Amino acid sequence: MNELVFFFNTVIVSGIVLGCIYAMGAIGVTLIFGILRFAHFAHGDMMTMGAFVTFLLVTALAAMGITTAPFLPTGFAVLPVAMVITAIIALGLDKGFYAPLRRRGARPVTLLIASIGVTLIIQGLIRLFFGTGVYNFFETEPKGLIRLPVPLEGVTRTVNITQPQLLMIVGTIIAVAALHFFLTQTRLGKAMRAMADNADLAQVSGINTKLVVRVTWVVAGALACFAGTMLALDVQLKPDLAFNIVLPIFAAAIVGGLGQAYGAIAGGFLIGFAETLAIFNWSVLLRPFKDNLPFTLPADLSIVPTEYKLTVAFVILVIVLLIRPTGIFKGASS
Amino acid sequence: MIRRSLTLFAALFVFFCVVGWVMGAANISLLLVQSFAMALVALGLNIQWGYGGLFNFGIMGFLMLGGFAVTFISYPVNAAFWGSEGPMMLARALLAFCAGMLLVIGARNAHRIGIRGGWQTALTVLAWAVGYIVYRSQIDPAAQYIEANAGFVGGLGLHPVLGWIFGGILAAGVAYVIGRICLGLRTDYLAIATIGISEIIRALLKNTDWLTRGTLTVSPIPWPTPLPQALQAQGMPITDSFVQARLWFLLLVLIVVGLAFFLIQRAYGGPWGRMMRAIRDNHIAADSMGKDVTRRQLEIFMLGSVLMGVGGAIFVSFAQIYDPGSYQPINNTFLFWVMVIVGGAGNNWGAVFGALLIYVSWIISDPVAQAIFGTISHWSSSIGWGEIPDIQSRASQMRVLVLGLVITAALRFAPRGLIPEVVKRDV
Repeated sequence: MNELVFFFNTVIVSGIVLGCIYAMGAIGVTLIFGILRFAHFAHGDMMTMGAFVTFLLVTALAAMGITTAPFLPTGFAVLPVAMVITAIIALGLDKGFYAPLRRRGARPVTLLIASIGVTLIIQGLIRLFFGTGVYNFFETEPKGLIRLPVPLEGVTRTVNITQPQLLMIVGTIIAVAALHFFLTQTRLGKAMRAMADNADLAQVSGINTKLVVRVTWVVAGALACFAGTMLALDVQLKPDLAFNIVLPIFAAAIVGGLGQAYGAIAGGFLIGFAETLAIFNWSVLLRPFKDNLPFTLPADLSIVPTEYKLTVAFVILVIVLLIRPTGIFKGASS
Repeated sequence: MIRRSLTLFAALFVFFCVVGWVMGAANISLLLVQSFAMALVALGLNIQWGYGGLFNFGIMGFLMLGGFAVTFISYPVNAAFWGSEGPMMLARALLAFCAGMLLVIGARNAHRIGIRGGWQTALTVLAWAVGYIVYRSQIDPAAQYIEANAGFVGGLGLHPVLGWIFGGILAAGVAYVIGRICLGLRTDYLAIATIGISEIIRALLKNTDWLTRGTLTVSPIPWPTPLPQALQAQGMPITDSFVQARLWFLLLVLIVVGLAFFLIQRAYGGPWGRMMRAIRDNHIAADSMGKDVTRRQLEIFMLGSVLMGVGGAIFVSFAQIYDPGSYQPINNTFLFWVMVIVGGAGNNWGAVFGALLIYVSWIISDPVAQAIFGTISHWSSSIGWGEIPDIQSRASQMRVLVLGLVITAALRFAPRGLIPEVVKRDV
């Protein structure tokens, strides 16, 4: 049974954690694609930027001696404020870089290239101000670790989950529920879905498309800040924090069908679990039966070596593009 | 138009002269070789994006392939590997790979013997799984054996120029596979798919230690022209030997770039180029005129990739070291996009101009930023605000910011580039 608990810790828990981050990022990517019809490459760096905004707020609070440490990580407590700030910055990015191109009637491809420019700008600014070093949210406060004993005979391992991970899972559930409510129940959310379906028709039906665009950036920016901060709380904060995972995020969005918010969530978890399952060493699970097996058990029986973890997402991406380019849920086409 | 190009190139020449005067002859000769190799890659991208409208964001992968090719061809022979069991084990792994591929191909054709629909899909998945296991069961021990006994497979000890050619061929072969997979996709999907594939190539080349030594890096890789050390052995002063050796290398690179430029410029003006522009501007119309759009796009994708592969090989040859860990999407993919966009997509002169301008600006933005930071720091400490900490590491990040600003500004204010494509209208 100890082996099963180990499996639960390394695959299920980290799969959920990874899935939450990918899903949160992919929702933003997919919403922007649905409304504005371009692949927003700078999304990963918007996540990093959100994490740095949170970090700045935490540092400012710590300088004033305020901390919520044992109860909540301070980074989590200031998250709403950071989300608002990041949403405002996202609006500014749209106004400064994307809106002028849209007004000129540029093709989506041009916007994609512009978003790469924005990626470089954000990364350059972050590195200029924060250097290339690594920061940690838990330098001044402890990182809570929850150990749940398993009430079964002979089990000595505990189910381990850190406080930020638990908060991330709870936060993701709340965010997804709120997003669902927003998209299905509110007037603005319905307008957003209508515009994702058919922008011209939405406009002639009297929907304020400019407002919808603004709301999209606000939602995407806030979610990016959430995902980035959570990722930074889980691991560490560094300038290329989310740039490295922007491709798995795109893979998640495409697997779910670009433009489909629920598809993005499903895609995020699919990619997250695929990565953790692929690098898991299956011989750990088989070890208790090693005397009854017809062959000798190799020491390492993972599907791919650990260093190919991120490659799993790309392989899934390529397979999905080949077999079902519209994604699992049928995606929007431009 | 011609006057504008001439003015711009004259300005560029002056710019190079000023940089060369400040940095010295050894440095500017280094910069010139690198920037003309960059120009070759930019020409490759210009074929793909400017002529054909194809969205290749996987340049890094092709550069790495070219680098690997030249390493494999020109690095001295590793006798420890050829004398061991290694080649046989690799041959068995290759056999296993072919067997696996045959299995997959067989499963994909299973409908001919009456297995259809869901069953065929299941069979294909099974064939992939079995093929993968068979291949892994052969390659893993081979890799371990080679790494333990011989380090890595070494090279073939042939002339580096052969390695450049092989780099082009290897890149074309991989481009064929990628093109077959991805070219049916829409532009933005194509962009993401090519990034994904270039990341896969990077992960493979970085982690197959038996083939490329991975992060341990391979060096020194021989030059096609005499090395500075060889000239020094003949009694030449150190600085002069570097300048002269680099000038010889530059000459070789210039021949390659000039040849490529001449050929693709001719192709642009000919019927083939006209057809490509027709496909780029409206592929539906071109299709209805009887052009085989997918096939032509595959052709142009491969052609562009050849230049990228050769360019990547030249970089590695020149640097004398192959380090798969040093490749980054910013330096090795996006930089070339900035060059082509700023220079002018669709115009070869524009691509070369952009490559030279952007590369030298990219290099000198580091010392310039350091000087600026130093001045500000001096000023801020003099009025009591304190100095700026770690100027050196910060200033080297400045170039990323500059690159981002340049590309967004270019898209907004000069979307067709500094030397735009000349659209001829025959009356």
